[in-house]
Amino acid sequence: MQQSGSMQPEAEPTPPQVQQAGRDETSALLASLPMDTVNHWLREMMLIREFEVRTMQAYQDKKIGGFCHIYIGQEAVAVGTIAAITPEDPVVTAYRDHGHALARGMDPKYCMAEMYGRIGGCAKGKGGSMHMFDKANNFFGGHGIVGAQCPLGAGLAFATKYRDEVINKERSKHVTLCFLGDGALNQGAVHEAKNLAGLLDLPVIYIVENNGYSMGTAISRGTTVGHEITRKADAYGIESAVIDGLDVLSVYRDMKPLVEHCRQTSRPAFVDMRTYRFKGHSMSDPRKYRTKDEEAQYELLDPIARLSKAMINNQMLTDERFKQIGKEVRQEVREAIKWSVASKPPGKDELYKDVYVEKWGPYTGTSLPEMLGGDES
Amino acid sequence: MSRVIEFRDALCEAMTEEMVRDERVFLMGEEVAEYDGAYKVSRGMLEQFGSRRVIDTPISESGFSGLGIGAAMHGLRPIIEFMSWSFSLVAADPILNNAPKMLYMSGGQFGCPIVFRGNDGAGGQLGSTHSWCVESLYANVPGLKMAIPAFPSDAKGLLKTAIRDDDPVFFLESERLLALKGEVDEDPELLIPFGTANIPREGTDCTLVSFGRPVHFCLEAAEELAGQNISCEVIDGRSIRPLDVPTITRSVRKTNACVVVDQSWPFASIASEVAATVSEQCFDDLDHPVVRVNSDDVPAPYAFDLEQEMLPNARKICQAVRTATYSS
Repeated sequence: MQQSGSMQPEAEPTPPQVQQAGRDETSALLASLPMDTVNHWLREMMLIREFEVRTMQAYQDKKIGGFCHIYIGQEAVAVGTIAAITPEDPVVTAYRDHGHALARGMDPKYCMAEMYGRIGGCAKGKGGSMHMFDKANNFFGGHGIVGAQCPLGAGLAFATKYRDEVINKERSKHVTLCFLGDGALNQGAVHEAKNLAGLLDLPVIYIVENNGYSMGTAISRGTTVGHEITRKADAYGIESAVIDGLDVLSVYRDMKPLVEHCRQTSRPAFVDMRTYRFKGHSMSDPRKYRTKDEEAQYELLDPIARLSKAMINNQMLTDERFKQIGKEVRQEVREAIKWSVASKPPGKDELYKDVYVEKWGPYTGTSLPEMLGGDES
Repeated sequence: MSRVIEFRDALCEAMTEEMVRDERVFLMGEEVAEYDGAYKVSRGMLEQFGSRRVIDTPISESGFSGLGIGAAMHGLRPIIEFMSWSFSLVAADPILNNAPKMLYMSGGQFGCPIVFRGNDGAGGQLGSTHSWCVESLYANVPGLKMAIPAFPSDAKGLLKTAIRDDDPVFFLESERLLALKGEVDEDPELLIPFGTANIPREGTDCTLVSFGRPVHFCLEAAEELAGQNISCEVIDGRSIRPLDVPTITRSVRKTNACVVVDQSWPFASIASEVAATVSEQCFDDLDHPVVRVNSDDVPAPYAFDLEQEMLPNARKICQAVRTATYSS
């Protein structure tokens, strides 16, 4: 018998696949959901896909700078999970964040303008692709350092619980979703966050978007028990689930009860959300670390094609309507780009804004003249 | 009405009063609750506020610092205690990359009203890992504020200001000052604004600028030098970010000499910053270049005599003043 300390990942394809919902199961799921809801999810996923395609083009045209991480392939995760929470529930994620921002309700024009580095961007052009924020929609960022958002997620859950229970003297009634990639699993901050969430009974769900690769490092090369990462939740006494993240219906079906369970018990959970990023880690990734065969195999599981085909098979969607939605989202993203181009770059007056809540600087080596009334000489 | 209390009790009063005043304030850290604080700073607070607001954490600085930041982003006002600022280094990412930048990176949407506080500087033969003076290292980062009290009254007034501040505040205490007694006003609105230095001793021959514990070494040196007819003016900066430059330059224009005493290492330090600023603004007023007294540029040693030799002390300060005033 192997000792757990020396346990090697099983020789499985990378990334490990999860059991797909069968045709009958899918039909039953579709029948159980309001038509408008499913249509909305399809449209959301198509909007994110189109948004990301145009983002890649804009990046190649040098309209977008910095690092840029594309969400294509993972759309069902953001759309299906966020559909399972309320608008008051906090959401926080890592740097592959455009999809979450849009699924949370951010207008695509604010998201695109942020990448264009314009004043009309969600963060006035000060955050960029990796740092989207949207307070009105309870979206707490886009965070660029791998795993850093996980302690923040624990803190968001701490805050909702503290406000509900300590200040308002009610039952804790909010759940925080904190997304991370499988590459974050090996960061200390993630483990500390899970321990604190388990210890302090914090209602936060850590959703590992397990696309099988930490940048170019396959999961089996980067983490122990990579074929069964939920064991990393067991270690902290946190409940877990494995979900097919390439099927929005499965995501919603499995997330909804989990969210309600965490809401009721005010406890954390951990999800191994099996997905695949169809593009590179970032815009500069030739993807030499994986085979074309593997990519082709996952393209067959494209979450948008899967949902649209299932809807057509179940007479919930026609080819014409599908094309029509495609036209609508293309138009919406075109307008977002037009709006971004028209928005001005932040002026110099923005440079020193929002460093502090009070007015600040500029730092001139004479301390802080505007705060202190200037040098008296 | 004021009475004489210890520095640690002044800190405790500040936190207690602010937690009574504002339910959003809570205290979190290692040993803050059941142990009454590793240095008894939070004595009695668990009993008064309960375990929902005075929260023990595991030894997990990165985790609970980040947790505090998330809570601050969502409207609470956490006080996060580091048993020592030396231990904050494992939380460098949340405290430097998240707290001070959140407001800016979110285009003004998410502020971070949080206080990180704990012991800074050499505690006494703890070796270099436990003897960090983080002020020079951390003060470089825009978006944070930094306060460093030297007296019980300032400890209370500055901490209350820190808790009510809407930006992240790094609050640097000294283990060696916690038992120091002093007059502290009972006024629950005792608020000392940041960026206002204090002058605990006036003088005419040389300006001594310092922050935190070394202010006491400056006062000791000033007393000794007074016997040699050298009159020192001691400035206690009280906050490092913002820095009260006008009080410093006004004094230097009077004394025409300046010594900066800073317990962190000399290279790219608070002392360097003050020296540069004074040189820029008081070039024509200075009779001698600004002299700096820092800890020696070595890891803090364990051996008692060697550690004392490494830290700023009255002897070194006296020597610096004699140099700056051509009295040696």
